[in-house]
Amino acid sequence: MDLASIVKILNLKVYSGMDKLNRSILGGYTGDLLSDVMANSQEGDIWVTRQVHQNIIAVASLKDHAGIILVHGAEPAKDTLDKAIKENIPLMVSEQSGFEVVGQIYTLIKGGGNNAVTGH
Amino acid sequence: MHVHEKPIYESSHTVEGGNFDEAGKVASQIKANLKKVGLRKDVIMKAALVAYESEINIVSYAKKGMIQISVTAEKVNIEAIDEGQGIPDINLAMQEGYSTATSKIREMGFGAGMGLCNIKKFSDLFQITSEIGKGTHLKMVINIVNGS
Repeated sequence: MDLASIVKILNLKVYSGMDKLNRSILGGYTGDLLSDVMANSQEGDIWVTRQVHQNIIAVASLKDHAGIILVHGAEPAKDTLDKAIKENIPLMVSEQSGFEVVGQIYTLIKGGGNNAVTGH
Repeated sequence: MHVHEKPIYESSHTVEGGNFDEAGKVASQIKANLKKVGLRKDVIMKAALVAYESEINIVSYAKKGMIQISVTAEKVNIEAIDEGQGIPDINLAMQEGYSTATSKIREMGFGAGMGLCNIKKFSDLFQITSEIGKGTHLKMVINIVNGS
């Protein structure tokens, strides 16, 4: 499933990296501790976090993440958004909690069967 | 040691202590340079992680520091040398979860007590020496040959 479909189904607000939404999402990671994300996330992951500081962009860039989803309607700090635009990394915001965001994405990309992608 | 191993790439980067806005910049430069050198992706990812955690440590705990990298056909050598407070108890500092980070550092997602552990985990060789009031010196090697 590509990132654009996830954006649509989860109703994410996209702040940057609009031209990178065609990337296929195979997995993801969730966490607010940057060292944890550095060590355990994988290239191409979608990263779900509540951390809004600009250093998340460096981490996502170093790990070649497909994008970052900030949860609970967290507004990205201005410096964070500037860096996301500069690095052209999709920075997205969900109004939902991390639990709900991760649960939905997991079902979409790992759920398999047709019933998982109805979007109802 | 290894005098006959000619480096195919070398660089040296200064890191400013306390400047969290620029934290990660040196690691990004190193990653981009190693891509140009044409190293394997897994080697680049390990080197980027090791450089990143070293950089964050300097930014968090030192006045200033330097990250040096040298690549031979066999390995990537990374050294992080800082002028800082030093580490009183290295065994304690190497314990996952142990941290002396301030709340300001933790609020930004750093200071989880994982940095040195990550460096050790992603390096094939890791050496740390530290002197109180002077600074800390990290030496890491990532194997290219026989790496997995």
